[in-house]
Amino acid sequence: MLQAGEWAYSETLKEHFMNPKNILQGENTDDFDGVGMEGNLQCGDQMMVVIKVDKEHDVITDCQWKTYGCASAIASTSVLSEMVKGRTLDAAFHISPKEVAQELGGLPDHKIHCSVLGDKALRAAINNYYTRNGKEDKVKQDQVKVICQCMSITDHDIEDAVLEGARTYFELQERTKLGTVCGQCKDEAEVLLEKFKHIHFGV
Amino acid sequence: MADMKVYFDHNATTPLHPEVKKEMIAAMEMFGNPSSMHSYGREARANVEDARRKVAGFIGADEREIIFVGSGSEANNTVLSLFVCGTSQCIAGSKMRSTIITTKIEHPCVLETSECLAHRGVRVKYLDVDQYGKIDLDQLAGMLGDDVGLVSVMMANNEIGTLQDIEAITRMVHNSGALMHTDAVQAIGKVPVDVRELGVDFLTISAHKIYGPKGVGALFVKKGIPYCPLIRGGHQELGRRAGTENTLGILGLGRAVEMRALEMPEEEERLLHLKQVLRKGIEERIDDIHFNGHPTDSLASTLNVSFTGVEGEAILLYLDLEGIAVSTGSACASGSLDPSHVLLATGVDAELAHGSIRFSMGRESSMQEVEYLLDVLPPIIQRIRNMSTAYIKGGLHAASR
Repeated sequence: MLQAGEWAYSETLKEHFMNPKNILQGENTDDFDGVGMEGNLQCGDQMMVVIKVDKEHDVITDCQWKTYGCASAIASTSVLSEMVKGRTLDAAFHISPKEVAQELGGLPDHKIHCSVLGDKALRAAINNYYTRNGKEDKVKQDQVKVICQCMSITDHDIEDAVLEGARTYFELQERTKLGTVCGQCKDEAEVLLEKFKHIHFGV
Repeated sequence: MADMKVYFDHNATTPLHPEVKKEMIAAMEMFGNPSSMHSYGREARANVEDARRKVAGFIGADEREIIFVGSGSEANNTVLSLFVCGTSQCIAGSKMRSTIITTKIEHPCVLETSECLAHRGVRVKYLDVDQYGKIDLDQLAGMLGDDVGLVSVMMANNEIGTLQDIEAITRMVHNSGALMHTDAVQAIGKVPVDVRELGVDFLTISAHKIYGPKGVGALFVKKGIPYCPLIRGGHQELGRRAGTENTLGILGLGRAVEMRALEMPEEEERLLHLKQVLRKGIEERIDDIHFNGHPTDSLASTLNVSFTGVEGEAILLYLDLEGIAVSTGSACASGSLDPSHVLLATGVDAELAHGSIRFSMGRESSMQEVEYLLDVLPPIIQRIRNMSTAYIKGGLHAASR
């Protein structure tokens, strides 16, 4: 008879869950150069990331966080805060959820969406730093493109649906209602579906 | 790692009762097919029928009214699926009564089957519940009519423990000419259940919630009530459920109800006391909490609490590291993105549903375990809140600190 596994997730995740690194103590963020917050409690996940920046070299010297969420969410913010220290703002800006999941030793598919808020909050913190320091030109907004005009579904909505488990066009429609009116966006949506499946799950 | 192990998840499943285990081990060599006429078969048949008498006796039914099935889910599927027959004239006289009424807090095996039936032409109406999880009898009265063939209301809710007044509901349902089903999986063996007193036409039982084995349950079908099998192709269970009987499981179920009859009366009071201590302890030691479920009309074993600003899966896993097993209504623990449909139906907001923990105690739960939990839980909640965005400046609960 098999015995219970040591833990529901990977050992690395367990370590970051049991001993999270770099939790922001208290609520004073004045000492930090950039603050970003994403998500909300109703959805079950919210993350705040704060950074200190070496202004001469645009390198992150410290990163702390608060997270409302499950074990994967807590561990992914913890591991992210370790990953970004010493990175340039530009490099940190491009950290993907997939990298975070890899660093954690992998996440089950249905947990990937728990790790995507950390990097979003980090990007928000980096943009906040640029804004505060008169470098608005460097602020990179996530470009949003409406794909399905009828139901007003954006590329971000498609990405979220993929992260939440949609793998086929039908499943995408089930989740987003995309393409359920005129259907003209089907080709473009399918290209994006494949793209996000590849980016996040390598399939 | 923790040296103490506490199992507070009895609504999910229970360990085998030592008496059940003993009897099943003793019967392990019994392999005959109850349908066979030779001695092997007769031995198996005798034991299956003995278990049937015990189960029938436990709920005040006639033994011919008990059908052994593979699970509570199968029993519920069977009852609901009867009513597709209503529309296709399988069951004489039921053609015009093709509406089903159920509640928003049923187990998914009822809700998803109802949805499936809706796709197949059955009309399904869902009863709301109040903040404690009780259905509104006036709303039921408004829904009942000569189109309604079946009403299915669970006796005790698995997540919050709220008990419904099945006797009163059944009277109303019968007055309107419909049939009544109750999913009693969580109620049976915890509160007295007598099918004649309740008056129900169908009642669902599962073995593994009452210290019996998994993979076996029973469906009570009142004598004379129209019936159609879900699994066809055999004469077993008087043609009402095909497939060779799970003899060992059935024997285990028989022994399990026997032990329940002996232990239940004393146990309810003891568990109620434990629950009161647990409830009071949580109230005194932890801020910003919300108890879910009915304060009195509820299973003595079940306490459901929401902690603001804390996600349930994190609580569950930190408790697990301390050796305590519980469950949560959080979306994250379920693999879906939606938190508990039961809590949402009671009007609890999504955040509180994500932060809900169900403690469900059982026959071996002790005061020592409750005290251990009360020692371990407050620092865990404190620790998670300390890393949560909920209480920081600009956070949702900032003002409350």
